[in-house]
Amino acid sequence: MTQTLSKSPLPVADERIGKRNPLQKLLGRPEVGALVGAIVLFIFFAVVSQTFLQPASFATVLYGSSTIGIMAVGVSLLMIGGEFDLSTGVAVISSALTASMFSWYFSTNIWVGVALALLVSLAIGFINGWILMKTKLPSFIVTLATFLMLTGLNLGLTRMIGGGVSSPSISDMDGFAAARAVFASSVRIGGIDVNITVFIWIALVAVATWVLMRTRVGNWIFAVGGDENAARAVGVPVKATKIGLFMGVGFCGWILGMHNLFAFDTVQSGEGVGNEFLYIIAAVIGGCLLTGGYGSAIGGAIGAFIFGMANKGIVYAQWNPDWFKFFLGLMLLLATIVNLIVKRRAELK
Amino acid sequence: MNAKQIDQQTLLKNERDPLTHTPVHLLSLEGVGKHYGNIIALSDVTMAVDNGRVTCVLGDNGAGKSTLIKIIAGLHQHDAGVLNIMGEERKFSSPRDALDAGIATVYQDLAVVPLMPIWRNFFLGSELTSGFGPFKSMDVQKMKDITLKELAEMGIDLRDVEQPIGQLSGGERQCVAIARAVYFGAKVLILDEPTAALGVKQSGVVLRYILQARDRGLGVIFITHNPHHAFPVGDRFLLLKRGKSIGYYDKKDITLDELTAQMAGGAELAELAHELEQLGGHGDIVKEVKAEVADVADVAEASRESSPRHA
Repeated sequence: MTQTLSKSPLPVADERIGKRNPLQKLLGRPEVGALVGAIVLFIFFAVVSQTFLQPASFATVLYGSSTIGIMAVGVSLLMIGGEFDLSTGVAVISSALTASMFSWYFSTNIWVGVALALLVSLAIGFINGWILMKTKLPSFIVTLATFLMLTGLNLGLTRMIGGGVSSPSISDMDGFAAARAVFASSVRIGGIDVNITVFIWIALVAVATWVLMRTRVGNWIFAVGGDENAARAVGVPVKATKIGLFMGVGFCGWILGMHNLFAFDTVQSGEGVGNEFLYIIAAVIGGCLLTGGYGSAIGGAIGAFIFGMANKGIVYAQWNPDWFKFFLGLMLLLATIVNLIVKRRAELK
Repeated sequence: MNAKQIDQQTLLKNERDPLTHTPVHLLSLEGVGKHYGNIIALSDVTMAVDNGRVTCVLGDNGAGKSTLIKIIAGLHQHDAGVLNIMGEERKFSSPRDALDAGIATVYQDLAVVPLMPIWRNFFLGSELTSGFGPFKSMDVQKMKDITLKELAEMGIDLRDVEQPIGQLSGGERQCVAIARAVYFGAKVLILDEPTAALGVKQSGVVLRYILQARDRGLGVIFITHNPHHAFPVGDRFLLLKRGKSIGYYDKKDITLDELTAQMAGGAELAELAHELEQLGGHGDIVKEVKAEVADVADVAEASRESSPRHA
């Protein structure tokens, strides 16, 4: 302690810092466990299946990953901010249903429905966050309630307006082609069709990483997840940050909802149930702490990639896809254990 | 050996701020009170804080110390009396309000976010940015440099500002929080039991930072239940008990023994000695406590005779 008190200017090299090589520094990052898992899984499927490494199948793997990954971006940030959201899976469908039912019922241009769906998605996020902040209930309870309500609304309103369990086809309506080009087209790269969601996914991860690491809001997200009271005491707008995170999840849900709608032109109103766990799993595999305050957007992306590889890899390896869920559970367990070990090791050194 | 209560009227009227030589205090409370429902947490508290002075608030658990700082820090609002900042009456509606008025609080338990790097903690809530509009980003390198420099100036020689602040010792964490408040131009620094959870050596370190903050011209409010920590650094002492002020002294008018006696209360110590004896406590310890009781009684007697007790 006496050493720390000396008022001498900082020494150039401090004897208390052992040489910390770049590898150890890298091991301290939150997403390392997931990265190791992803590499292992990649090599594994590359060995057991001949088709896995072909560019076309790899594009499919990426597409599968992106449909989880887009949501995992928002969900990762939310988890770093110390909350989680169980309503994401059905909120995606709510968004898609809003866009299609509204444009169909009022015979408007598709883009009117798309804009309205964005409002609805952001509103769902806002309401989740607002109730949470007002009542101070755990996010588990609040979002479980919105999950149930949205499930009911999706089914009920679709039957009331359209008279069925799926939304009517909108493929012949104004603006459909343009919307499809934006949300559900493919881009040809080197002779392989890569779905546009892959690029949206990558862009979202880049933006989220920048926000998290390089902006004030990112600092606040870590702080409200790490210690809400400390954050409030130094003047961080805790309520606005958390509500904003929920709205960010809503925005991601809107993108995925629009993709679902324009890729298939109808939406099943009962879909989406259970998907919320996939997004949370991706974030957790990617190194986001369930208790908040630690994690990264890239980690969530790697988690989603692991999911995509496992999902399609099983098919390419010509195994029965029944095994997929078992595999996913195992991956979750292994990844979190690896995360824990890697994190402890890195902190000790 | 005669403890003289500061006459609060004269104090508020005649004392001039030592730095600005204006007759107003940096911060002053007059008859401030607060109740939660039907529970009176604080009543009729008067105190003042000036530039380059340390005002100590002493009291046992439940004496109302936390309520007092929560009012000054903007977490709660008082419902009686007046809170003046630079002679202007204020009532803070949020911690941000108090911060904007130059009042920074270093809390005992919620000073920092443990998992975040030191530099992120240092600038939390007041991050430096560059760029415009939606592309505004944090000036990370500048913030790291400033953190390192400011902490070095406070005498904290850090290993690495990237390490999570949770890895620092309790005393070091307090010091980072103090350095942060000083850097961000706090005029009033409230320290909530900064030495409560620390060992002897670490407490000494924190006390030294309190003096450094004072020498930089800040008005410091130091909350503690330990008169041995308060006396060496304090200029004024406010004693609280059960939500009421039981004394307000200038340093020249009181000794450490008198302060301790006022804090502990002679009768309570005697009771403790008796209880320990009945429970078959260790003979030596009981003797020690008894000796202390005798001491305290003497001092308390002396102070009671020399000054009319403040209501």
